Amino acid sequence: MRVALFVTCVNDAVFPSTGVATVRLLERLGVEVDFPAAQTCCGQPQFNTGYRRETVPLVRRTVRAFEGYDHVVVPSGSCAAMVRHHYPSFGPEAAALGPRTYELTEFLVDVLGVTDVGAHFPHRVTYHPSCHGLRMLGLGERPRRLLEAVKGLELVELPGAEECCGFGGTFAVKNPDVSAAMGADKVANAVSTGAGVLCGADNSCLLHVGGMLSRQGAPLRAVHLAEILASTEEEPWR
Amino acid sequence: MSGVFMGMPAFPEAAREAVRDERLRANLRHATHTIRDKRARAVAELDDWAELREAGKRIKDRTLRHLDTYLLRLEEAVTAAGGTVHWAADAAEANRIVTDLVKATGESEVVKVKSMATQEIGLNEALEAEGIRAYETDLAELIVQLGEDRPSHILVPAIHRNRGEIRDIFRETMGGWGRPAPEGLSDSPAELAEAARLHLREKFLRAKVGISGANFMVAETGTLVVVESEGNGRMCLTLPETLISVVGIEKVVPTWRDLEVFLQTLPRSSTAERMNPYTSTWTGTTDDDGPSAFHLVLLDNGRTDALADEVGRQALRCIRCSACLNVCPVYERAGGHAYGSVYPGPIGAILTPQLRGTASEVDASLPYASSLCGACYEVCPVAIDIPEVLVHLRGRVADRGGPGHRLEKAAVRAATWVLDHPGVLAAGERVASRTRGLHPKRLPGPGARQWSESRDLPELPAEPFRDWWKKNRPGDRA
Repeated sequence: MRVALFVTCVNDAVFPSTGVATVRLLERLGVEVDFPAAQTCCGQPQFNTGYRRETVPLVRRTVRAFEGYDHVVVPSGSCAAMVRHHYPSFGPEAAALGPRTYELTEFLVDVLGVTDVGAHFPHRVTYHPSCHGLRMLGLGERPRRLLEAVKGLELVELPGAEECCGFGGTFAVKNPDVSAAMGADKVANAVSTGAGVLCGADNSCLLHVGGMLSRQGAPLRAVHLAEILASTEEEPWR
Repeated sequence: MSGVFMGMPAFPEAAREAVRDERLRANLRHATHTIRDKRARAVAELDDWAELREAGKRIKDRTLRHLDTYLLRLEEAVTAAGGTVHWAADAAEANRIVTDLVKATGESEVVKVKSMATQEIGLNEALEAEGIRAYETDLAELIVQLGEDRPSHILVPAIHRNRGEIRDIFRETMGGWGRPAPEGLSDSPAELAEAARLHLREKFLRAKVGISGANFMVAETGTLVVVESEGNGRMCLTLPETLISVVGIEKVVPTWRDLEVFLQTLPRSSTAERMNPYTSTWTGTTDDDGPSAFHLVLLDNGRTDALADEVGRQALRCIRCSACLNVCPVYERAGGHAYGSVYPGPIGAILTPQLRGTASEVDASLPYASSLCGACYEVCPVAIDIPEVLVHLRGRVADRGGPGHRLEKAAVRAATWVLDHPGVLAAGERVASRTRGLHPKRLPGPGARQWSESRDLPELPAEPFRDWWKKNRPGDRA
């Protein structure tokens, strides 16, 4: 099977390791991965901040970049939700990309039909389900099922898991105090689990929570789900 | 504070105060989490919740589509039942109508049932200016009134107060409004409730005029409906000689069959009860039973403007249950006062800018008072897609281009241009990566400063993903 990787702008510029991990994971599962270089950003930041007109060129670019692919895999629930839920309002061509776009865990569980991806990650991990993946895509138990199958991984429950971490795109800078208060509660909940790793499937949320973890010197680090799933006994991820 | 991302100081600044108020944070956290969990249990009991939610949405949408028809039908039925219908285009007109009606009775005091519409129009203040005293009789509204405070929640207006604060308010102020608090009043809920009962009872028995809102108006029979928990509403609706009800025009439902849906979804969503303790319905006037004069003031006050907006109109489905407030992570931290309106929380953030417009700073800041997490949409019993309306209203604010938004628009346009030119984007990413050793963890400047006050900036990678791909997958179609 041949798929297109939609790495997302945040991963391209700030978290390329998540993109590398996604490639490594998919190739290990026998999937042929393309990276159409014309891709940049899905346009979500513009759209959600109220700049619909400024979103149009990016929607057009994204749709063109992934023309001809039956499966577009995105290691971000938020960007996948943008394409699936909001692209239809930009016309039929944009709408057609939605059903061909899969958030990474959807692709693994629903399309490939795997939950045990042969990963090994000997750490205590807690999982934060990001809001757009949770509510707009309805990812449900998929990420947990994938994590539970990872050898050596101890999955611990995150209290208040379904509460927003406070990132919210431009919300984080427009309402910095409320955003930070939400983030502080998320951090406190994560620390209370005793986990060494806070796992998520959306790096924009992890940018925010991870930035707070780092500022506070908290004893855990934020890691994208793809990097945990890419990790094996032979080739451990960092 | 001006800058690219700071065109809307109002909500963020009010919220900053609230976030730093430890007691307020604790009160709100405790109250919202308790009711949020109870609601989830109450809703989970029904296996047809999804159908009820969809039915509620459709009934409201159909009614709003033919609002003129149903309002005229309602007026006809109310009039036939002995009531008088008044139409108020805005707050000033509604206040004038009510003030004149009270004056015509010769009374100088009224008792009130908890009502969002009368708070929206500032009726108590308008009556006060004409020498008429309005007594709030809902327990939480009483606490707010005695404390010279503002409501901070739709259902529980004194949610920001704890028991100790309420005891202090009762002790210090009840005497100035009527019967004082009993000697040695403690902060036990039973004692506080008893103090309020004793204080309010003399008002119920004395009042000749009652003022209410309504949760629903049934067009087919001209019947008004108030659902409540404390029984104060029942007292105000039955004891006075004159009853005046001020109701938003969107509160009409066509038939009793339609009402049946909302009498299931409202209590479970708001107080997490299967059924609320008191449901009062009345139709015009009845000889020798209840008020002998009934006036219905139908309030527009911006609602037809909201109705004209294809995306925004869904806010008019709202049945004021407050489920969205109780589940909202922003409301929980910012509190209700930060929203600068009697409608706080997610519903307030989409309702207020539609009813009042977005000219003021606080109203223009409301559509941004959300992380778009979607928890509000999930619990809404009439399926209002609040995130969708928030984004829609952000567009309206951005289009108006107020201070800050002109700069923001320029920045967004520049970002879009770069993102639409992958070569330029890649060059920028490379420069950023190569100079990463020089990047500080905290940055000055709009946006970056707000970010780095509480969070470290990430260390940039040695190379962007697209460069890794080129090196490691050479020859691949890319």
